Order: sequence, then C-alpha cells, then structure tokens
Amino acid sequence: MIPELGNLALTLALAVAVVQSFLPMLGASRGNILWMRSALTTSSLQFVLIALSFSALMRSFIVSDFSVVNVASNSHSLKPLLFKIAGTWGSHEGSLLLWVLILAAFGASVTWFGANIPDTLRARTLSVQAWISVGFLSFLLLTSNPFERVFPAPLDGNGLNPLLQDFGLALHPPFLYLGYVGFSIVYSFAVAALIEGRIDPAWARWVRPWTLAAWVCLTIGIALGSWWAYYELGWGGWWFWDPVENVSFIPWLVGTALLHSAIVVEKRGAFKSWTVLLAILTFAMSLLGTFIVRSGVLTSVHAFATDPERGLYILALLGITIGGSLALYAVRAPAMEAGGLYRPISRESGLLVNNLLLTTAAATVLFGTLYPLLLEAVTGDKISVGPPFFNASFVPLMLPLIIIAGVGPFLSWKRADLGGIVDRLKWAAGITAVVLLITWYLNTDGPVLGIVSFGFAIWLLLTTIQEWAWRVKLFKAPISESMRRARNLPRSSYGMALAHAGIAIAILGFVGSTMWKSESVTFATPGDQVEIAGYELTFIGAETVLGPNYTSRQGTLQVTRDGKPVTELYPERRNYAVAGSSTTESAILSTIRGDLYTSISEPAAESAEGKWTLRILFEPLVGLIWLGAFMLSLGGILSLTDRRLRIGAPTRAQNPMPQPAFPAE
Amino acid sequence: MRRFLLFIPFLIAVAIGGFSLWGLRADRDPSEIPSVLISKPAPQFDLSPLEGVPVPGLSTANLSGGDGPVLVNVFASWCVPCKAEHAVLTRFVNTNGVTLFGINYKDKPKEASAWLDNLGNPYERIGSDLDGRAGIEWGISGVPETFVINSEGIVIYRHVGPVLGTKAQKQVLEALVQAGLPQESI
Repeated sequence: MIPELGNLALTLALAVAVVQSFLPMLGASRGNILWMRSALTTSSLQFVLIALSFSALMRSFIVSDFSVVNVASNSHSLKPLLFKIAGTWGSHEGSLLLWVLILAAFGASVTWFGANIPDTLRARTLSVQAWISVGFLSFLLLTSNPFERVFPAPLDGNGLNPLLQDFGLALHPPFLYLGYVGFSIVYSFAVAALIEGRIDPAWARWVRPWTLAAWVCLTIGIALGSWWAYYELGWGGWWFWDPVENVSFIPWLVGTALLHSAIVVEKRGAFKSWTVLLAILTFAMSLLGTFIVRSGVLTSVHAFATDPERGLYILALLGITIGGSLALYAVRAPAMEAGGLYRPISRESGLLVNNLLLTTAAATVLFGTLYPLLLEAVTGDKISVGPPFFNASFVPLMLPLIIIAGVGPFLSWKRADLGGIVDRLKWAAGITAVVLLITWYLNTDGPVLGIVSFGFAIWLLLTTIQEWAWRVKLFKAPISESMRRARNLPRSSYGMALAHAGIAIAILGFVGSTMWKSESVTFATPGDQVEIAGYELTFIGAETVLGPNYTSRQGTLQVTRDGKPVTELYPERRNYAVAGSSTTESAILSTIRGDLYTSISEPAAESAEGKWTLRILFEPLVGLIWLGAFMLSLGGILSLTDRRLRIGAPTRAQNPMPQPAFPAE
Repeated sequence: MRRFLLFIPFLIAVAIGGFSLWGLRADRDPSEIPSVLISKPAPQFDLSPLEGVPVPGLSTANLSGGDGPVLVNVFASWCVPCKAEHAVLTRFVNTNGVTLFGINYKDKPKEASAWLDNLGNPYERIGSDLDGRAGIEWGISGVPETFVINSEGIVIYRHVGPVLGTKAQKQVLEALVQAGLPQESI
C-alpha cells in the first residue's frame, strides 16, 4: 500500500511540475501577478510530494519490503540499519529519486528564501526549474520506476554491493547530488535572465549564494568519494582519473570559475555574457556526468546498471536542456551590453585569467574523458586515457592559477598598482624560492612538476596569510586597531582566505603523498617483519572474525618505532556471502607526518596457504588533502553567511558602488 | 563575427551529443575488447632492456622455444592497479613456477626501476616500451594487461585490467595450464 502511495505522490508531483512549467512563465510575460505567484505554491507542493514519495521508498528499505523489486535487488534483511537507509539511493532508480528530490528542494528554497527577487524573474526561474523537473520525473516514472512490485515476493534480497556498504560512501551520493543538482537553480536563473533579456549586478547577487551552496556540497561530495577510494579500495590511491571521477570534477572546475566571475558581475557589471554562459555550462556538465554514469557509454570501475534505452532518454533530455539553453544564449547574448572598463592590471583581469585557466582545465579533462569515445567512433580503436595524460596536461594549467590566486586578492578593481604589489610580495616570493630550492635539492631526480607544485603551494599559503595581515594592518597599527579591523573584515573575506589556504594545503598533500610515498608488498607468514619509513611492523597472524553480514579475515600487525610500541593495526579482508564478493578494509595509522597504510589479502592458491599478502605504505602528508578539502568547504560556508548575502539585494539608497580599495572577495 | 562566436558552445554541445548518440548503439559494448590476437602468433616487436634493471630485454623470439608457456604482463609505475596485481604475479612466479615477462609501457626508466626496487622484480625479462609502439602492436587498451603465450609463441589468453580476485586468478592459471603449464603446479 505505501509503495503505491509513493508512486501516486510521484505522479502528482509530475502533474504539479507541468502546471509550474508554463503558468508562471506566461504570467511573467503578461504581467499577471496571480499566475506568477502560483509558482510559490506549486514549487512547495512539488517538493512535499516528492519528499513523501522518497520517504515511502525509504520505509520500504527500512522494513525490508521485498515485494518491491528495487528493495529486493538492492537490500538484504541482515544489513545494518544505516546501510538499509543508504540503500534507498544505492540503485539507479533510488538515486534518481534522490536527484529529483534535491531538484525540487532547490526550487522550493527559491520560493522560501527568495522574497527579495523581483516577481517576474522568480516566476521565470521557477518555471525553468519545473521544465527540468518534468523531464526527470517523466524519466523516472516511464523508464525507472522505483516502486515496481514483484509477485511472489522473494524471501530475502540480493544485498547491496559490499564495496558500497561503507559510511563514507553512504553519504557520498547525497552530497554529490546536492552539488550537481544545486547548479540547476543557477542554470534556471541564467535561462530566466536570458528570456527576460536583462542581467545586472543584482542578478549576480541573487545567483551567487546558490552557486556557493552547490559548490560547497560538490566539494564535500568529491572529497568523500576520494577518501572512500583511499581507505576502501586497498590501493592507497586517492584519485584515479577514472571517467566517473572526472565527470564530477568537471562541474567543480566550471563551478569554481562561475563563483569567481559572478563576483565581477556583482561588483563591476562586467563579464555578464560570460557568467551566464558559465552558469549554463556548469549545469550542463553536471547533466553530462549523470548521463555518462548511467548510460554506460564509457567504461569505468563504477557500475550502475546501464541500459541503452535509459541512456537515450537522458540524452534526449540533455539535448533539450543544454542545446536549447545554448541556442537561446547565442541568440540573446549580443543584447547584453558590456559593463565596466578596467585596465590590464586589475582585479578584473586577475579573475579573467582565473576563469580562462579553470575553463581550459575543465575542457582538458572533458576532452581526455571523452577521447576514447571520439576515437572509437572515428577509427574503431579502443583505448583508455590514463593518468599520464591528465597529470601532464592538468597540472601545468593549475600552476599559473596558483600564482594568480596568491596575487589576485592584492589587486584592486579597475586598475591596480603592480609595482606596489611586487614590493609587498617580495618576501613571500623569496621564501618560496628558498623552499623550491630546498625541495629540489632533496629530490634532485624527483618529478619537476611535483617539486614546482610544492613550492607554489607554499607561495599561495604565504600570500594568503599576508593578505589577511595586510587587511588588518597587523604589526603596522596598534594591536587594538588590528583586532577591530579583524572583527570588521567581512566574512566573505575570511571565506576566501580559508578556501585559498585550503587549496594550498591540499596541494601539499597531493605532492607529499605521491612524491615521497614508500611502499612494500610482502608475502608474510606470522612472525615476519617489515620496515618502512622508520616503523617496524610485525605480522602476528590472521584470524577469522564474524560480522553482521560478512565473515572477515583479520590480520594483526604490531607497529613499533625505534623498538618502542606504537600501536596495533588490524587490516581486514571481508567476504560477503550473499553478494558473493569481498572488500578490503585497510587499517591506517594517521600521524601529522603522514599515514601508515596497511591492507591484507588472502593467499591466492592453496599451495601458498599461510602466506598472506601484506601491502604496507607510508604516504607522507596525505591527510592534508582532506584537511584542505574541509577548509575549502568551510570557506564556502563562511562566504555564504556573509552579511551582504544574508541581507540580500542592496536597497538603492545605500552606496551603489562598492569601495574599490576594500574588495570583499 | 561575434554573433557566430556565440554559437560555438552550441555547436560543441551538438557534436558531443552526436558522439554520445553513436555511443548508445545497442550492439556496442564498451567493455568488450576485441581479441584479434587469440590463437595467432604474438606480434613482432623488439624491446631493449629497462635501464637500471639487471634483466635482459624482450623480443618476439624470446616468447617461443622455452619449456613451457610464458606470461607477458604490460605494466607501468604510474599505474595504481599494477601495484595491486604485482603481488599476485610475484606469487605466480614463486609458488607456481610461472615464467613472467614484462613490457614496461610508456614509463620513465628511472621511475620504473625505482618501482621494481621497491616492490621486488618478478620479471625474467623486461622490454622497455618508451614510446608505446609495442603496446600498439599488442593492441592493448590500457595498463595493466596480461597475455598467456604457449611455447610455440601463440597467444592463448588475454586479460584486461589487474589480475585480482579469485576469478581472474583462476582464469589466468587455467589458461596457463591450457598453454602447457603442468597441472600439479597450480
């Protein structure tokens, strides 16, 4: 009964979305305020209905109602409760339902928190949002209904892919979707503005918090995914340039560019047409990600049940959404007048270079990801594009960006004093040069890109700290004056500093864990000893441990350092009988210096009984990657709580021009 | 002119859409790799030894004429799955007496030899395929890949991706037996 109610709610949501897709739009063009305001009701109603439907599916998972096909094929009665709940979005159908739930949630939030947006723009935005809803709700109902029943109901379910039964990965999709789908509202704003034919600084001010919110969620989602890959796959790597990773990274790169270009529209009225294009492209890349993951056009280690018919439907949706909006853009963009003038050395130029580099990087990753498909279509050859391509093309593009990120915050709007900035940054540049030389001296035969990246990360860290010190006049003014300035500095200023420092910290982690990694693989019998990075590890033995829905072979490793005991590590190899597969549970000792990473696998052949394969790695600074990602997200959240975004659009009586000498970002 | 430029994003999107549509053809399976080499002689190639590693290079002539089958593994130090399968291959050599040859694909010799110093070198011969030419001859789609060759130099089996997990290991060992490895050694 409840699954049927869920299905009914979903159908009603589609009906509501259809109404919302044209009535407010029509009202906006005819000046009918009642029709325009109807979007407020329909968007809230749509969200409530989809939330009901989602709860119905979640309930079926929690009570293990195996008469629902989706539950039977993705859950099992022995699964822990957390993973039963996570199973709701563990399948193609369920995750798509989560997708439309988030889509509706963002639409409804524009209704709830967007009281300061003009009626016409809000009505058009919500209508565009409803077009996307109609597309995906019909996709869900027609090709991937999560409430389909099976009769007779099986006694027990198939279980969720064991690799996915993990806390980090249970949270990974919701955050990723909050990011992906969050960009839909930015897209809707852009299309609504194109239809309306007007883009002004106020538009950018309404758009920026939504971009920021989506970007923060996407950052968290990607970081969770890479963290999961790090501790769960047992290889000790955190990024593999796999197509599915790439398609989540491309919207992040374009979204980061959008985040920065929206500032220019808001502050200076320039880059309008470009920002609208970025807003469309960010969501386009998110949709492309959804398509690639679910259609199976590219091979990847990530598996969703793929189905060409579904792929075709999503591709058609993509064609309408992306093709339609880009065509609209091509027709309407010339009408947008160019905004404020600026000199070649100015904050505008700095942000322009930032945007060019970020979009080029995104295009490079996109090209590398799609190249196997393009090549196969043209020549029939099947190839895969591996890490060498991405490392050799992506990293060099990021290096100048790091330099610019250090200088940019010192630049003032319109025209900046280059000589003064060079003078101010000479110490940071000097220290960076010294660090570069030391790093190079210690790794004369190390990879050049790694050494340079390390030095540049130090540069970004130093300049970011210096920028803050300069703003608060640290040591230049009495300490009480500095304290007062530090308190009055806008939160977005702290947000920027934290995010830039986060990037620097994460780069230190990327470089440290690849360049100075040490590794050892041994076939160990109890009593064997391995030495790595100053630690001695003794393999005590392995025993069988029973879990709720798996049996595990758990190894015990005694870790000592200079003869003194440090800890014991218990890497596991879990075997899930229901799903018929195994997972690796690595055991990690995290220190400030780096991670001691251990994983174990069982003997491969009977003739090698008693010989366990131990993989032991020491990855210096690897924890900094996730610390950096955390700082990035926190920086975004801080900016989001900035006064000018909380208060919303400025009233006209206030100073219409922001003070150029005191930029807030 | 400017008007035309504004259509470029649209045109790129249409092109990507066209390729994607092609990619969805029902008879296309992206994970299926055509194995034109199976039951045919191994391709012609001649690779010099890997600098800094004291084992000889690898050429077509080395594949045939031995007592038993050989396992040819394409690997690189930049490839993470290669590290994961390294232990399995080493065990094949140590406990099953398999003859293992390596093709070091598009790798820097210095990094490759450091990688082998670190993990141990199970390879009897290693050919250094700096420019990836031999990789093209073998028709590999990525790294790692592993081929089973019998003593007449005929390709018996091809494994794409790391030899990990019970199933993959069983398949490779069975192919080795089929190629002439004594049954009792597995």
